[in-house]
Amino acid sequence: MTTQAQMPPKTLDAVVIRFCGDSGDGMQLAGGEFTTTSAIFGNDIATFPDFPAEIRAPRGTTFGVSGFQLQFASHEVFTPGDRVNALFAMNPAGFKTNIEDVEVGGLVIVNEDEFNEVNLRKCGYPEGYNPLNDDQITSARHIVRVPMSRMTREALADTGLGAKDADRCRNMFALGVAYWVYQRPLDATLRHIETEYGIKKGRPEIAEANSIVLKAGYHFGETAELLAVKYVVPPAKLKPGKYRRIDGNSATALGFAAAAQKAGKQLVYASYPITPASDVLHALARLKHLGIKTFQAEDEIAAVCAAIGASFAGDIGITGTSGPGLCLKAEALGLAVMYELPLVVLDVQRAGPSTGMPTKTEQADLFLAMFGRAGESPCIVIAPNSPANCFDTAVEAVRLATRHMCPVIILSDASIANGAEPWLLPDYDAIEPIESNHPTEPKDPAIGYMPYQRDPETLARPWALPGTPGMEHRIGSLEKSEPAGAVSYDPANHEKMVRTRAEKVQRAAKWLPPLKVEGDQSGEVLLLGWGSTHGAILTAGARLRASGLTVGCANLRYLNPMPTNLKDVLGRFTHVIVPENNTGQLAMLIRSRFLIDAVPLGKIQGRSFGVDELVAGVRAILHDRKEATK
Amino acid sequence: MTTAPTTNGTTGVELPQYSPKDFTSNQDVRWCPGCGDYAVLTGVRKALPKLAIRKEDYVFISGIGCAARFPYYMDTFGMHTIHGRSLCVATGVKLANPGLKVCVVSGDGDLLSIGGNHTIHAMRRNVDITIVLLNNRIYGLTKGQYSPTSELGKITKSTPMGSPDDPVCPLSLAVASGCTFIARALDIDVKLFESVYLRAMTHKGCSFVEVYQDCNIFNHQAFFYATQKDTKPENTILLEHGRPLIYGTNSDKGIVLEGTMLKSVPLGGEYTESDLVVHDETDRQLAFLLSQMRHPQMPEPIGVLYCDPNHPTYDDAVQEQMDKAKASANSTDIRQLINSGETWEVTE
Repeated sequence: MTTQAQMPPKTLDAVVIRFCGDSGDGMQLAGGEFTTTSAIFGNDIATFPDFPAEIRAPRGTTFGVSGFQLQFASHEVFTPGDRVNALFAMNPAGFKTNIEDVEVGGLVIVNEDEFNEVNLRKCGYPEGYNPLNDDQITSARHIVRVPMSRMTREALADTGLGAKDADRCRNMFALGVAYWVYQRPLDATLRHIETEYGIKKGRPEIAEANSIVLKAGYHFGETAELLAVKYVVPPAKLKPGKYRRIDGNSATALGFAAAAQKAGKQLVYASYPITPASDVLHALARLKHLGIKTFQAEDEIAAVCAAIGASFAGDIGITGTSGPGLCLKAEALGLAVMYELPLVVLDVQRAGPSTGMPTKTEQADLFLAMFGRAGESPCIVIAPNSPANCFDTAVEAVRLATRHMCPVIILSDASIANGAEPWLLPDYDAIEPIESNHPTEPKDPAIGYMPYQRDPETLARPWALPGTPGMEHRIGSLEKSEPAGAVSYDPANHEKMVRTRAEKVQRAAKWLPPLKVEGDQSGEVLLLGWGSTHGAILTAGARLRASGLTVGCANLRYLNPMPTNLKDVLGRFTHVIVPENNTGQLAMLIRSRFLIDAVPLGKIQGRSFGVDELVAGVRAILHDRKEATK
Repeated sequence: MTTAPTTNGTTGVELPQYSPKDFTSNQDVRWCPGCGDYAVLTGVRKALPKLAIRKEDYVFISGIGCAARFPYYMDTFGMHTIHGRSLCVATGVKLANPGLKVCVVSGDGDLLSIGGNHTIHAMRRNVDITIVLLNNRIYGLTKGQYSPTSELGKITKSTPMGSPDDPVCPLSLAVASGCTFIARALDIDVKLFESVYLRAMTHKGCSFVEVYQDCNIFNHQAFFYATQKDTKPENTILLEHGRPLIYGTNSDKGIVLEGTMLKSVPLGGEYTESDLVVHDETDRQLAFLLSQMRHPQMPEPIGVLYCDPNHPTYDDAVQEQMDKAKASANSTDIRQLINSGETWEVTE
């Protein structure tokens, strides 16, 4: 007779798992570790950390639930997945808020110790009800009860660790079980525990405890023969090279640092703490040794103004924020447009309006970035399409700002900022240097330095730096005339300057790569997106193609100016559908620019698109259009 | 500009000998005839040649308002910014290049109302800049609304029944914000302005000079109680470090400390010079008491209230951290940083 433990593991192409529990339960850490381990194992991965804005909401409540979802696969994946195959729920609140997302027949591993009367009441279950005993719920999914709290304490009984510290290790027990279910090695996490707690924090006893509990979880799975089957997701065939796991904000910070080096300049990153952008400030604050200065300003306005001041003095001036902060920076952005100085503004978008849902994603700042300033004040606007892509986007933003002497707005978002994926490390030496034009003497000494004498090709003005003898000049927020930059109220001059500043931004398109279409190059449907919808669109496009439609997918990384071949691309498809996490902002831009009937497909729920809903959304639009033409 | 060299005391580098003309830009000055800003502009242009600083190292920065046109009239590097934000821009300039000499010139609305927050923070950080506040107690450029320094009850276009706001005291705000150099000057007293301004510009740290400035269109004579030949001796008191606080046309009055309050007393009877408070620029508590002396109850102090040249500056602190980080870094090669963390190889 074959015992369960001897059954060979079942091979799967892709798995979506989610850890959930209290916001203090260490779910982000557990998820992050599973991600790293899977990445090192060779899977492709995409993650979706989902946490409340409250740091420690009352324990056990549904609004304090923190979750971390990841998809790991033996092929390329572009989204963290729609339906959850396996849920690890640390308490009833986590169970309650996440169980609906688990596929029918899916695996649910719960910490049964926490399903007590008090906790069940806290998350609003009726008196005397326990969902684990509800046939309706348990028959639809494979629920496995594990006494994680008790076993964690027992594993640590001999260490002398207090109950509170011991309980903090429960996430490692869950992670250990997860590693067993999916047959992952423990070594990367053990190494990380040792560095993080043992070395960095100087708490070897905590490092030891976490290691013990991680192993205990793993061994429990094995010894208790927790499941009849274990699963294996073989490595994906990724492009050869050296990889590391990276999240969007870290990639952005590294990109800024790299850009400053490539420009041969110091970087001033001026920012005011705001979710979900603060991690960029944190990351850069640790890079002082690379000539990076971070300035935590007294407010959003001070931050952008300091970046502008730094830029005038010759550094790379960057400010980072989210939507509410971008609103506050609007006037200063207009100033940078008027000054024609390089400035990079990072907007890690979150759900608005107003304070909105600070930890949830959205793409609704596109119009704000495009038009949210007084007067005619065009900026270059670009958007990364994945966590790793933030690196390239950050470098590019600095390059565009210095070449075209104008503000560049990067529209990242919470899902990209916090999401992680394997990053094929870039060949740093292959990145082109970033050049800037700092004249040291006037072209014509007789008339002196002319700060608004433009480069005939780019229309960019020169960037003479304070401290350069003979180049003294004033720049101001008042309208000015070329080339001297003297204040001017002349009506015709104002129109000329407005049009010149706009033309300068549009000319940047000449240096941008053409829009690439994935899948069918012409045909029935073009799915045109921007930013973080890229992965879901690619996957949905492939699925729609498999069902017989001709579908092209494109991600618009350059929102202003748009790629020069966009018009041509749009013309090759019968239907242009624009999925966005807003009510149709890009769709409106496309409609107005190109006079085509682009159809918005919006989702405004603080979450990225699932592939299923995108496929369904496209089908519904096509159906409606068919009906309409009958 | 003549070529006769002087020597920069700190670096030994030979400096050109500048004249006020070297700091005069080709722009026509557009202030109203008789505006107090003219005197300050002249004072600044006259003072700069006395500093051992190269012309190209100055950056004049302003916000919005009449006073904020100042940088356009100086032949130095300059930035006319947006309303209230001059100090943030100045902080950024200094962060990027601490070697530049940055002077912010703006008005009371700009620095104390819309930009009031930044004034507090620039001062408490001790950013190494000079702030010249041209205080005319009115909004001039917008044609005559009351400002944060207008007196209670001030009748203006926007307060036909009189201002219900108590004014802010700029000097008290500076003391409370931790500013390390605090002074007051008068627009028409060019000599006093120049001496105070030179000290402010050579101070290491954030220096603040409030100037009583006459807006002869919308708030004419607002400071005549303090600036005129016949009023000045009775209504102001010139502060000199180490000297007793004496004032009056006949130097017949002084300031004594009673409890925690300053009080004006006549000299010669009950009080003699030895009873008077002796001015001590290094005493922040005294600076606060002085800053609270308001007309008509008390004479108003002019000159230097407070000076602490030894307080660490923000610029230096930032630079020190960077130097320290560079010295202790294992590598300043960004390639190592990109390659850090858990990495793995994917092979064919």
